[in-house]
Amino acid sequence: METKRIVSNKKEFNLKKFFFQWEWMLVAVFIIINIINTNLSPYYLSFGGIMDATMTFLDKAFMVLPMVLIIILGDIDISIASTTALSSVIMAVAYNMGLPMPLAVLLALTVGAVCGMTNGILIVKFKELPAMIVTLSTMIIYRGIAYIILEDQAAGKFPSWYSYLGWGYVGKIPFMLIAFILIAVLFGLLLHKTTFGRSVYGMGNNITACRYSGIKTDHIKVAVFTLMGIMASVTALFLTSRTGSTRPNVAIGYEMDVIAMVVLGGISTLGGRGKMLGAVISVFIIGLLRYGLGLINVPAQALMIIIGIILIVAVTIPNINLNGFKKKRLAA
Amino acid sequence: MRNISKFREAGLLVFIVILCIFLQLKNPSFLTLENINDLLTNTAILSILAVGMMMVLLTAGIDLSIGSTLALSGMTAALVVSNNPDISPIAAILIGIAVGTVCGLVVGFLVSIVGIFPIIASLGMMNVYRGLTFMSSGGKWVSAHQMPESFKKIATSSILGINTLIFIAIVIYIIFYYFINYTRTGRQIYAVGSNINSAKISGINTKKTLLLVYTLMGSLAGLAGVLWVSKFASAQGDTATGYELNVIAACVLGGVSVAGGYGKVSGLLVGALLLGILNNALPLINVSPFWQSAIQGAIILVAILMNAYIKRRATKENLMRRKI
Amino acid sequence: MSEYILELKGITKIFPGVKALNQVNFNLAKGEIHALMGENGAGKSTFIKVITGVHAPDEGEMYFEGEKVTFKNTRESQKLGIAAIYQHVTNYPDLSVTENIFIGHEKVSPRTKRILWNDMHKKAKELLDSIGANIDPKVQMGTLSVAEQQIVEIAKALSMDAKVIIMDEPTAALTKTESEQLYKIAEQLRDSGVSIILISHRFEDMYRLATRVTVFRDAQYIGCWGVNEISNEKLIFAMVGREMTQLFPPRQGKIGKEVLKVEGLSQTGYFADVSFSVRQGEILALTGLVGAGRTEVCESIFGITKPDKGKIYFEGKEIKINEPLEAMNMGIGYLPEDRQKQGLILQWGIGKNITLSTLSQISKAGWLNEKKEAEVAKTLAEKVTVKATSIFDTADSLSGGNQQKVVVAKLLASELKVIILDEPTKGVDVGAKYAIYEIMRELAKQDYAIIMVSSEMPEVLGMSDRIAVMRDGRITATLEADGISQEKILEFAMLEKE
Repeated sequence: METKRIVSNKKEFNLKKFFFQWEWMLVAVFIIINIINTNLSPYYLSFGGIMDATMTFLDKAFMVLPMVLIIILGDIDISIASTTALSSVIMAVAYNMGLPMPLAVLLALTVGAVCGMTNGILIVKFKELPAMIVTLSTMIIYRGIAYIILEDQAAGKFPSWYSYLGWGYVGKIPFMLIAFILIAVLFGLLLHKTTFGRSVYGMGNNITACRYSGIKTDHIKVAVFTLMGIMASVTALFLTSRTGSTRPNVAIGYEMDVIAMVVLGGISTLGGRGKMLGAVISVFIIGLLRYGLGLINVPAQALMIIIGIILIVAVTIPNINLNGFKKKRLAA
Repeated sequence: MRNISKFREAGLLVFIVILCIFLQLKNPSFLTLENINDLLTNTAILSILAVGMMMVLLTAGIDLSIGSTLALSGMTAALVVSNNPDISPIAAILIGIAVGTVCGLVVGFLVSIVGIFPIIASLGMMNVYRGLTFMSSGGKWVSAHQMPESFKKIATSSILGINTLIFIAIVIYIIFYYFINYTRTGRQIYAVGSNINSAKISGINTKKTLLLVYTLMGSLAGLAGVLWVSKFASAQGDTATGYELNVIAACVLGGVSVAGGYGKVSGLLVGALLLGILNNALPLINVSPFWQSAIQGAIILVAILMNAYIKRRATKENLMRRKI
Repeated sequence: MSEYILELKGITKIFPGVKALNQVNFNLAKGEIHALMGENGAGKSTFIKVITGVHAPDEGEMYFEGEKVTFKNTRESQKLGIAAIYQHVTNYPDLSVTENIFIGHEKVSPRTKRILWNDMHKKAKELLDSIGANIDPKVQMGTLSVAEQQIVEIAKALSMDAKVIIMDEPTAALTKTESEQLYKIAEQLRDSGVSIILISHRFEDMYRLATRVTVFRDAQYIGCWGVNEISNEKLIFAMVGREMTQLFPPRQGKIGKEVLKVEGLSQTGYFADVSFSVRQGEILALTGLVGAGRTEVCESIFGITKPDKGKIYFEGKEIKINEPLEAMNMGIGYLPEDRQKQGLILQWGIGKNITLSTLSQISKAGWLNEKKEAEVAKTLAEKVTVKATSIFDTADSLSGGNQQKVVVAKLLASELKVIILDEPTKGVDVGAKYAIYEIMRELAKQDYAIIMVSSEMPEVLGMSDRIAVMRDGRITATLEADGISQEKILEFAMLEKE
């Protein structure tokens, strides 16, 4: 041990690496979309218009944030839209039965947490079952419970202050946007700056090594799924506020939209890779794309095609890049 | 316990029998020819799709695009017949199958050649096909009065005294039972899902196998699309949205392993049948239809958990047999 | 016509930087069971791969039934009737036994290409019966025990009319009764004219079955003897015979009080009635053949699995450990056997790997302090002399030895009293090995109690103070290291006790 080796711990700034990040590409796409939209419609670039538009797509965006954690773990949760429906329905019914609204909101969040935690516990107790299958069955059950509670009725008539959640402004900025940005920042910090986030990345890369390193992998997984459930009910809060009433069939298909946004954000379904920022940008890309195309009367359905193609191109590009890079390295 | 699959299928069958007895006692109209016919007709489309999905799941893949593929093929066929009322229903079916085959081929290409994860590739194409469905009809429905009688009759007519839908489903099951169990290509699907590396060493063309299963899935979804539109006498942009998950549920209930390599046509049939009975029977015994979904989900969950538990027991017993 | 069914002459195989085989010879008579022995890394596995056509030799010739042959791939060797049965069976766990036997050469009706299941099941049953195995060909492969799966693999070889069957460590994962069944099958095959190459670390396998034994050492052919002509001692010497070229750093410090003791630890199917103890400043070697249950014992102490029976004492108090974290908080650390799968996150930098097990130390209320992390990582990386330029170098860019140092550094980040090192120098080059030995000595000097799981005899002899030998899930001997010979340890590890 006499010859001491020096191992540097100074992070070197790598310009190339910095610029070849998926997030930059997303920013570029974002800018291009805005330029195109501006050229297509003179109405696009109005501040108020964009602000209003955000309120139409941000409800499901709250679920994108925890879904990033779940996909980084290498898992998936397709029960989220059902959780949204169930907490929305329970909140509405509880309120209509006389529970004060603040308590009903709290109840909704609790329902979400319970749904998410149930998923998490099932997944860690039955490790041989893929998360996809476990959440497929709870997806059916959660929405099924919502149907049992409300049948084909609608429930609503919320107090007027509740509509502020989905429709209100702080100054000229929608409350929903502010809430989203705030929560997104919190999730970003959680993922990138805490031991919890570090463990999540670690588990996505190699869960066995994490277990051998003394990380309580089961606890973390259950926590992440619980967080997912809670955010699904946050979506329920905003969605219900915007629609003013709720039915058991709300938010159908949201899970696929959310997963698509996460994947587009550069989070690999293999687990272990991706950043919160990427997913947040892709929320706005898809949202504003929809808004812009809506202005020039492109049907929403055409947008589905575009999103589908973007999704596939997006996951293909890194592969091509990587192969090219490998070949270069071999040649060198 | 050593033969888990037999145990599971037998278990499901016993469950179905008990369920049927119970239902029959509660409502004697359950086991009438008419109701059984009804039940099977309603299950036919689901079970056709389940066959395709089983092959995909066997390779450890998944296809989320089939609901959209179904809608697109159904819509295409409906548009064609509404514009050419004289066209033969057989031609309509072939058109639907063709559209579905192309859809499946694209997903298969993305999965096997480009190498995108099945869940992502099919999720992307799900959006594309759904969008195309809306676009092709301009967002409008093709409703009953636009369809020629001959087309609507596909679902209501009968062949050899059996409803056509049921008849087609039976034919599909016979064909694929043979294909999966008695041809080398069929067995290669299992080999690829059970151990893809060994499969490659054994000289199996794994890419071709993957391409094949997604294409077949597409063809079956195309067929199902035409049958669906004929049965409900309406083609809509949002036809069968989310139906892929029902199909996966039927497979899982039938004991198909989503991790690949395991699943049998007989199990699948039982799984689809159980889902069908639940759908059909709950109203008959005055269970509110709103309970259906939750009951279905709970049964699926219990089935997969039981399955996992039985497997664990088998492993444990294997260990116990080792004497140290 | 040659008297040998298979003959290899002067085979050399060179991999980048290493000669894996150097001018080795081998021959196999018809109906003979020929044992091939040698230490880990002697070149046996490469040799098999040459015979089966996985690797093409760089030099040398191979004759099959007197004719010169070259194989481009495994299919070509299979066609001639050479089949290999590997220790880690590569089969299709979800498919039936019949299908595992016939995959790739299913019986189909000549006209319709329909798979003839009845014929296949019948033939499979015949094959299995012919080797005296009572296995239902219709059950799923995955539900069989390892021993039964190996028997199915043998049946598969027979279904392809194999004339030469290579068995790679067939009994390594088997219990005594299971091995006995395998012996009977091998004898039967031999009597029916099949030739078998038997690779095994177990002497009883060789004595029981083989007529001749060939020994490789360090990629070289050492010799070939009749099993009855050569004594145990001579054979062991042939296998390990080299001078002890590795130097081990000298012992320092003294041994203190007992820290960890296990009593009667058992786990169904893996190990039974395991007892040992380790003291401050002591290095206890836990040795034995691969598959003897050493890793399983260590993992149950560390909380990865739970023992079914038995007690663990730490500093005199009985403890129960449910999670690795509990073990670590108590002061027990474990360096896992497979550093790539269990020890490291390969995509990550060295620094993040080192701090993974001690995130609480570099954080405050859950918030990471990256500055502190960088310092901790740098200090530890330098302490274990990792050869890297920065703590941001990814783990997969390092050599095996340096990767292992990173895992050791991760262990040292926690405050430990007992360190369990599972095969710490496996796949590590000589220079890094020495550095790891030095670290171990240094730790012992600092009063750590060390348990070292190792299959390498020189290392066991050179490093440990006491040696516990395991065989088939039980401890067969606990020996003082002073004055013990390698042969003695091998006896306890390999030979059946009378």
